[in-house]
Amino acid sequence: MSTIENIKERFEQIQALNGNNDLGSLRASAFSDFKRLGIPSSRHEEWKYTRIASLFNKEYQFHNSQMPTGLTAADLDPFRLPGHENANELVFVNGYFSFALSGIRSASLVVLTLEDAVGGEHRELVLENLGHSRHLLNDGINALNTAFIKGGVFIHVRKGLEVEHPVYIYNITDARRSNIFSQPRSLVHVAENARVQIVETYVTLGVAESFTNQVMETVVEKDAMVEYYKIQNDTNQSSQVSTTHIRQKGKSHVHTVVISLGAGMIRNNLNLVMEADHCEAHLYGLYFPSGNGHVDNHTIVDNVKPHCFSNEFYKGILDENATGVFNGKIFVRQDAQKTNAYQSNKNILLSDTASVNTKPQLEIFADDVKCSHGCTIGRLDEVGLFYLRSRGISEKTAKALLLHAFAVDILEHIKPEALRTYVDEQISERLEYNIA
Amino acid sequence: MLRIQNLHAGIEEREILKGINLTINAGEVHAIMGPNGSGKSTLASVLAGREAYEVSQGSVDFLGKDLLELAPEERAGEGLFLAFQYPVEIPGLSTTNFIKTALNEVRKYRGEEPMDSLAFLKMMKEKMAMMEIDQSLLSRPLNEGFSGGEKKRNEIFQMAMLQPKLAILDETDSGLDIDAIRIVANGVNKLKSKDNAVLVVTHYQRLLDYIVPDFVHVLYNGRIVKSGGKELALELEEKGYDFIKNEIRAAEEVNQ
Repeated sequence: MSTIENIKERFEQIQALNGNNDLGSLRASAFSDFKRLGIPSSRHEEWKYTRIASLFNKEYQFHNSQMPTGLTAADLDPFRLPGHENANELVFVNGYFSFALSGIRSASLVVLTLEDAVGGEHRELVLENLGHSRHLLNDGINALNTAFIKGGVFIHVRKGLEVEHPVYIYNITDARRSNIFSQPRSLVHVAENARVQIVETYVTLGVAESFTNQVMETVVEKDAMVEYYKIQNDTNQSSQVSTTHIRQKGKSHVHTVVISLGAGMIRNNLNLVMEADHCEAHLYGLYFPSGNGHVDNHTIVDNVKPHCFSNEFYKGILDENATGVFNGKIFVRQDAQKTNAYQSNKNILLSDTASVNTKPQLEIFADDVKCSHGCTIGRLDEVGLFYLRSRGISEKTAKALLLHAFAVDILEHIKPEALRTYVDEQISERLEYNIA
Repeated sequence: MLRIQNLHAGIEEREILKGINLTINAGEVHAIMGPNGSGKSTLASVLAGREAYEVSQGSVDFLGKDLLELAPEERAGEGLFLAFQYPVEIPGLSTTNFIKTALNEVRKYRGEEPMDSLAFLKMMKEKMAMMEIDQSLLSRPLNEGFSGGEKKRNEIFQMAMLQPKLAILDETDSGLDIDAIRIVANGVNKLKSKDNAVLVVTHYQRLLDYIVPDFVHVLYNGRIVKSGGKELALELEEKGYDFIKNEIRAAEEVNQ
């Protein structure tokens, strides 16, 4: 059975079980969008350099919550993030949230299934925000996740509180027995004046093929602060479309760092919607795909209201046959006077067969704004290399030092020290050099 | 120690060095002077192994090895050091980490064990005092935002740490005020011994007031056209490079 047929059959099964409610109608409307829009082909402007259609020709197993994978907490131990003993750990397995494998330590944090959340006190909030990303991502792959909302979670950070322990989200794909298609879904609500630090990571177990189509939607209320880190260092057999859609309310502050080191194919969508005055956002990213890997970062900063500030800085290192894509959109709507929006993307190509496509895209409808963008694609600096070698440093080590120095620009924006060291070690390992 | 014979080198088909002959022995200080464009910096770069330059003829023997066959890092391992005219800024690489890596790679090349952190720190401290360089400079990224003087002092500090047998100073005085020149020159003088040698490449005589050469060579149009003692530098300072150019012209006319 082809994956598309499989998708149709699975959708009908989910709806037959529990289709007659709010989530059911959201799924139904998304599924009709999916049928209309289809899997994005390279003719789709936003998918020109990232081809995913062929991934749908493979056969995958679709998990459901009744099927145990046999995954134990011990299986996850090698992949736990630093300081996990003192973190809130949220675990998805094959797209389904697992309470059994998760551990919530902070009283300021509430985690509910989306099914429970939509039937409880947060009903209005959930219905208003779940699926909001479709306004900026009008494609079949986004609709596909919404059409399969099941087993997702609602994460609520209580008003005025700081979550003292970081929130670690593990998106686990258990592909030890078969190819797996999974679609994790979450909605995060950071209430007024609350603070939280979220770290997401992606792990595929086993050597079978996996496709993860993940969506996280976040609402950051007035005066709230969010630090969000995404660490991607998965197997070559894994592919992922990872969407992070953030709505910002007045004077909120968002800081994101996206580190993409491994996986066969990665497509990240990061949207910041600045819906009220004086929002601030800092977006950083580093991509260094392995061998034949592909990393695509599509970002959108949508300035809807005046006096907002955003600064975006992404860097890429492309070696061997790796390919990279950076697409940075900045919208400044008519009302968004006094917007400050900056963007920069820098790339190093290390081989003749590596490539990168980079495209800044500014659409400005207000007249009193400050916006800038710039991108560079170059090779490793020859003079710098000679300087290091003239001091006795071998060519290989000199290259590693220069590339590490290039990456430090982004790494230094990972605020928690233990996490920064953890990422630094992964980069050093890739460079085959132990940075002292 | 160093024996250069009939060295021809250039960049992209353009010949810049047109037959250099020069011998430097241990314990000696040599100065190469010359007008702009005479090939001084090219000579320094070729000796250090910069790949952009191509050697078309000649040989360079360094302590019994064919220098031109060695990669830049191997030349450093053998004991050659080039203080750059324009030291490179590398944001994101800490100066200390860079020096430690360099020192241990050189030790590895010589078949020595890496230096442990304690011994390294002790050595750093000692050389910092000797070179009058501040700790705060070394905890910053390599040369990033350093003033001209700080960059040159950092070069000499690296030289002190790596303890080369032959140090080539490429226009180390350029862009420095007189106080900075004095500090840099003091550093070089403290490192001088009967076992090592220094080659100072400079446009002006003033650095040679502080680093006193045993031999002065004038490089003009890719050749060493005149050699002498330290008084030659003073003569150049007084008369300018034109007197050399005139002498050469006169000699050529006689030959014709």
